[in-house]
Amino acid sequence: MTASKEVVISNTHGLHTRPVMKFVDMASQFTSEIKVHKGGAEPADADGKSVMQMIILAAEAGTPLRIDAEGEDAAEAVKQLAQLVESKFDED
Amino acid sequence: MEIKKGIGVSPGVVISTAVVLDAEDLLIPERHVPAGRTTDEVTRFHQAVESAITEIAALRDDVIAKAGKEIAAIFDVHVGILKDKSLIKQVEAEITRQQTTAEFAVSVVMRRYSQAFLKMSDRYLSERVKDLHDIERRLLHNLIGQKHYDLAHLNRDVVIIAHDLLPSQTAALDRTHVKGFATDAGGRTSHTAIVARAMGIPAVVGLGDITREVNSGDTIIIDGHHGVLIINPDEEQLAEHRESEKRRVVMEGQLATLLHMPGRTLDGHEVALMANIEVPEGIDEAIDRGAQGVGLYRTEFLYLTRESGEPSEEDHYAAYAESLRRLKGKPLVIRTLDLGADKYTQSRQASPERNPFLGDRSIRMCLHDIPMFKRQLRAIMRASTQGDVRIMFPMISTLMELRQAKMVLYDVMEDLEDEGIEFRRDIPIGIMIEVPSAALMADSFAKEVNFFSIGTNDLIQYTLAVDRTNEKVAGLFCPAHPAVLKLVRDVIRIGQRNNISVSVCGEMAGEPLYTLLLMGLGLTLFSMNGPDIPEVKKIIRSTTLEHAKQVARRVMSFDSERQVMHFLREETRKIVPEAF
Repeated sequence: MTASKEVVISNTHGLHTRPVMKFVDMASQFTSEIKVHKGGAEPADADGKSVMQMIILAAEAGTPLRIDAEGEDAAEAVKQLAQLVESKFDED
Repeated sequence: MEIKKGIGVSPGVVISTAVVLDAEDLLIPERHVPAGRTTDEVTRFHQAVESAITEIAALRDDVIAKAGKEIAAIFDVHVGILKDKSLIKQVEAEITRQQTTAEFAVSVVMRRYSQAFLKMSDRYLSERVKDLHDIERRLLHNLIGQKHYDLAHLNRDVVIIAHDLLPSQTAALDRTHVKGFATDAGGRTSHTAIVARAMGIPAVVGLGDITREVNSGDTIIIDGHHGVLIINPDEEQLAEHRESEKRRVVMEGQLATLLHMPGRTLDGHEVALMANIEVPEGIDEAIDRGAQGVGLYRTEFLYLTRESGEPSEEDHYAAYAESLRRLKGKPLVIRTLDLGADKYTQSRQASPERNPFLGDRSIRMCLHDIPMFKRQLRAIMRASTQGDVRIMFPMISTLMELRQAKMVLYDVMEDLEDEGIEFRRDIPIGIMIEVPSAALMADSFAKEVNFFSIGTNDLIQYTLAVDRTNEKVAGLFCPAHPAVLKLVRDVIRIGQRNNISVSVCGEMAGEPLYTLLLMGLGLTLFSMNGPDIPEVKKIIRSTTLEHAKQVARRVMSFDSERQVMHFLREETRKIVPEAF
């Protein structure tokens, strides 16, 4: 099973360490594999369960992201993670 | 490719691989393990990660209690990184594929991530690299425990890049594999400089931020002659330096054939060649270069190389006894403490001196601190029965100073006698001639000492009133200045007339340009840095005393240093074309 959703980073500081931690913590609760694709000027991919890779993505505010999941709970994973991003990680 | 300019403190050129010592001084050598042991290394890595997580959790609770949750959040990131599967997988893969130790794999993978972090344009994120360093250090500490990997375990040739080498680090140095040094800090008298000269390897110091700019594994050229360091040189530069390296090896090969030949002119006059040393370990290198003894042992390095405190009498004694053991009967001229007017003493002074070079330095300082002076003299006298020891007082400017210094020495002898400790009562006593007043009064001094040694560096500085470390006037510093040459000539003559030995131990003695001149002025004893000996010897062996005398007569008729240098260059080229 696969699922995918496009979101835009909208919190002021972008994917800084704390939002990354929240994202990875949530992603790790799912059994599905989760990939994050960064669009924009410098496209890149990261493992949604890896703190390091997500930090290196360096996604600033306004960056389009695509969350891809593959596995049993893919749909639920994508839904919740997209919500997290859209809720600005409860930061702003 | 990047070129950095520093201070060349030990000559020579080397092309090699960099090993950067980080602030923690942890050097993680590339160590391989047999294929069967990689699983053990992976297990060690997992254990190190587990304990790191436990440590951080404890730290975190502590910080929450003291500073609140916000501040402690950073530790959650650390734990998050330590649990990062992609990080763990990469380290495991590194261990298994490259068959390396867990610590080397950790340092490789963390460095990879650090570089990715540093590339990010977001300042805040790229600064997180500090967190990576923190985590790396924690892991390495857990892996290494108390067992510090040090420079004693190198398995290939390297150059060491460090902030400033500590005595404790160089003590354990694997000298067969270390081929050069480059440091952020330091000057001519830094510990790094001393060790490099003693080892006869090139070193450049005072490079500012070199530990940040070089990565372990980079190819580095260190040019100790010109004080230049090149990071990842291009092909052209590599070729150029390899070529000059080759020429140097050929030249050294030719000079090596002279090693066990005497410093004798074509018409059979002997010239003795001795070495200047700074630490006992420098003796082996000097003898390898053909030194017939030590003409100048700069004992202040006993002070400079310490991490704290002053050396005790035993520290002095141990160094002198060690030197004599290495010299096996060859002479050792020990110069008493010549500190002052340097960072070491100035930083310890209550108020800095306004004019340190004309201030409380050298013998003056010793005579102001008799207990310290006596500690050194006692050690020298105790060692005096174990070899050919001679004692030399530096920076003497009046007869009174010499007499006072001798009085302190006789005091020490009396004490030793009372204590029933053996020593050599008729130990030869000499002075450095490095202040113009002493040179001009040489006749009087000659009656009260057994030998003179001309310290040209200070003699030039004081005669020409030039501080050669001041870039704006350094160009005025020149051994060929006729005023300096007159003083040198007169001191040599007065020594001959009074039948006492005269040597030159300043840098002038090791410069091939002045060999003919000094010989022609009657000098029969040169003391110089070990690496300079072969070339000077070659010149001595290629000429006659008669020719040298003609050259000296001609030189003394000139009235400008330019003329002197030009003429000496021409004359030296005639007999040794490859000299310059």
